[in-house]
Amino acid sequence: MTPLKYIAAALVACFLAVPAWAGIKIEEVTSPGGIKAWLVEDHSIPFSALELRFRGGTSLDAPGKRGAVYLMTGLLEEGSGDLRAQEYARAVESLAAEFSYDADKDSVSISARFLTENRDEAMALLRQTLFEPRFDQDALDRVRAQVLAGLRSDAKNPNKIAGEMFSKLAFGDHPYGSDGKGTLETVAALSRQDIFDAYEAVFARDRLYVSAVGDITAGELGTLLDDLLGALPPEGAPIPGPAEVTIEGGVTVVDFDTPQSVALFGQKGIKREDPDFFTAYVMNQILGGGSFETRLMTEVREKRGLTYGVYSYLVPRDLAAVYMGSVASANGKMAEAVEVIRNEWRRMAENGVTEKELKDAQTYLTGAYPLRFDGNGRIASILAGMQMDHLPISYVETRNDRINAVSLEDVNRFAAEFLEPEGLQFVIAGRPEGLETTN
Amino acid sequence: MIQRVTLAAAALSAALSGPLQAEDEAVTAFTLENGMDVVVIEDHRAPVVQQMVWYRAGSADEPPGQSGVAHFLEHLLFKGTDKLAPGELSATVRANGGQDNAFTSYDYTAYFQRVAADRLELMMQMESDRMTNLRLSEEDIVTEREVILEERNQRTDNDPVALFREQLQAVQYLNHRYGQPVIGWRHEMESLDMEDALSFYQTYYAPNNAILVVSGDVQPDAVKALAEQYYGVIPANPDLPERFRSQEPPQTAARRLTFKDPRVAQPYVQRSYLAPERDSGAQQKAAALYLLAELLGGGNTSYLANALQFDQQVAVYTGAFYSGSTLDDTSFTFLVVPAEGVSMQDAETALDATIARFLDEGVDEAQLERIKLQLRAAEIYDRDNVNGIANRYGQALSIGLTVQDVQDWPKILQSVTADEIIAAAKEVLRPETSVTGWMTRDQEVTQ
Repeated sequence: MTPLKYIAAALVACFLAVPAWAGIKIEEVTSPGGIKAWLVEDHSIPFSALELRFRGGTSLDAPGKRGAVYLMTGLLEEGSGDLRAQEYARAVESLAAEFSYDADKDSVSISARFLTENRDEAMALLRQTLFEPRFDQDALDRVRAQVLAGLRSDAKNPNKIAGEMFSKLAFGDHPYGSDGKGTLETVAALSRQDIFDAYEAVFARDRLYVSAVGDITAGELGTLLDDLLGALPPEGAPIPGPAEVTIEGGVTVVDFDTPQSVALFGQKGIKREDPDFFTAYVMNQILGGGSFETRLMTEVREKRGLTYGVYSYLVPRDLAAVYMGSVASANGKMAEAVEVIRNEWRRMAENGVTEKELKDAQTYLTGAYPLRFDGNGRIASILAGMQMDHLPISYVETRNDRINAVSLEDVNRFAAEFLEPEGLQFVIAGRPEGLETTN
Repeated sequence: MIQRVTLAAAALSAALSGPLQAEDEAVTAFTLENGMDVVVIEDHRAPVVQQMVWYRAGSADEPPGQSGVAHFLEHLLFKGTDKLAPGELSATVRANGGQDNAFTSYDYTAYFQRVAADRLELMMQMESDRMTNLRLSEEDIVTEREVILEERNQRTDNDPVALFREQLQAVQYLNHRYGQPVIGWRHEMESLDMEDALSFYQTYYAPNNAILVVSGDVQPDAVKALAEQYYGVIPANPDLPERFRSQEPPQTAARRLTFKDPRVAQPYVQRSYLAPERDSGAQQKAAALYLLAELLGGGNTSYLANALQFDQQVAVYTGAFYSGSTLDDTSFTFLVVPAEGVSMQDAETALDATIARFLDEGVDEAQLERIKLQLRAAEIYDRDNVNGIANRYGQALSIGLTVQDVQDWPKILQSVTADEIIAAAKEVLRPETSVTGWMTRDQEVTQ
């Protein structure tokens, strides 16, 4: 069916160099006060993006205070200095700046976007946000009510129900084993002092990673860093130790009355610094890495119409690594989807992949890499993530070579020792016909 | 990553991001001899290109009884042609290190690829091929119909919020196809067949009903040459029907509905009003409604948030939404999530009283000026996202606006006065065109 001209075009593509690296130049800047940051200067648009990450995230919640870091992060935009919540919001609007805040299992992040014309005023306001938060009781109660509303919604959402159960099975009592937003009980009990304690735990120099992209020079950034971050205390709260991954393999059904079951599945994973990480990354692309051509999509969606989407992904967090996937199927079809997925796990472990699958995955991964760097904010976020992963500043230039260095023997050896068809744990929220909890 | 995105439920979030546009964006527009419109947007910061082809055909153009066929066809376009085996187009994009996808809405269906700039020709070769040479097997139909039913399960049937919105939308429109969901009603989706899909394809997929939008590291002349080579040779469809949907009659009765689902975690009130959309050469009223939504419900400093969340504390969340980027009449929507212990009726009453007070007091000029300042800043920030600009042009040209309309929009927003906003509000916020919905768990309905 395939005409020669398309084959020719595809072949030509393979022999050309992969798309040239976008050409961004990353520079390490150290402020006079000793704060390090990665910078990409680009003066074509008069604004900059600044990304701050503080390692630890919701895993720093004190015992019994689950949800404190998450709520504290949400309260940062609810007033600081002399400005109460709405006054503060009007001040940000008047500068046309954008500050956003997020807390996940491994970090609290602050993402800022500000115009060159009022950069100093925007940074002064961000500094006030970071160092003089008010955490007013009325703001605390108002945002707490929003968090509680979100938790009640999560309790009726099959994706969240499955996620919560998977975390519990995989990580037990470790902070990774529960939702960083907290529970209805813990969030209801959080006091203003708890929020201040979470604030003290999170923000410190010893866990800070910074990147900036846009209309700013190295000299300007150095001054900005000292003004903005120089007053941070040297140390924050100790970060918890590694989580033991306690997945045993099997099926767990969480009963929920809804027409389509939602499943998460997973097994033990691989750490970012493992020498086989790139091998795992390429293998995952072939198995279920998010495009139409993966084995899981081909078998579960394209051939059998059992789902709209099925994916697998490596989750190498700071304190534990898992290898996970997700699928949603009508209650009457989920059992078949589970069987097909487990069989694909086994087929890849036993028979490996083909040379063509490997080449296609490598071409895709290397070609798609530059597409990620599509805007100042996106680039700043990637650069901060790289620093948190302890990657060298040259990483973006060598990353594609490391993808291409993965051999067929590597993938097949790794798949055989890594993939555990019997160790694969499914957690299913719904009423899947013919499936019952086995563990 | 979610593939093949349906925009069925995206109306609210689209209103949040809003149509904005940059001053010095490098935009070139022209029309091929066969009637295909082309827009080129240059951004040379990275050696990357995005190709989009938009068809002026969406779910509101479907024949009666075939809801979902526009979206079904979108899925089927990833099957084969005479030259491409099923799945080969996406596989080829992937083998060239690119990404591809598509989406369907009420007024348009669009396909796109993102790839290294030197692969644009291959993308055009394949995209132009499937404009008229689609080949489907009965097996493609049967399997893919299962996939879209699972997509409906995932997006709608598994989500009470989506089911509630589907009912509200159906009640808002008495006579217009916007009342039918983009994904389709299940019973009609189940009967979609090869003939339905091909009939829609043959009616609407033609160069004189399409818009090519190329953005990124490209030169307009080179794009023009390629477009002429690949798309320019496809004959126009002389039988392309005039685009017409049955229009709304005067709406003369306020409607109410109560949606009950045990899966509802957070009850809320939603109120919508039929509202005019952006029209070519006449966008002033739509701009006033856009600003009205920002003033009333655009975050913590908005009028509703101030009254209901901060002052009276009867709501945990409030919002106001308007998207004028439609071909026919759109809607203006309010949302109130009652605080713990506040009844649905009290929340609704507080919403009405607050809107009435706003109309009485008039616009806070300082707040309006802050919003306009942010819109001016957005023109700078938006230049960082060339694919967002591409979307804006593709969408606008799909709904009867022109390149000039897109470029005029920011200036029109800046020119809107407080009086125009109040006048537009009084014209649109009339009970007889409204739908009020309560989303509740079973037990709360009787309260």
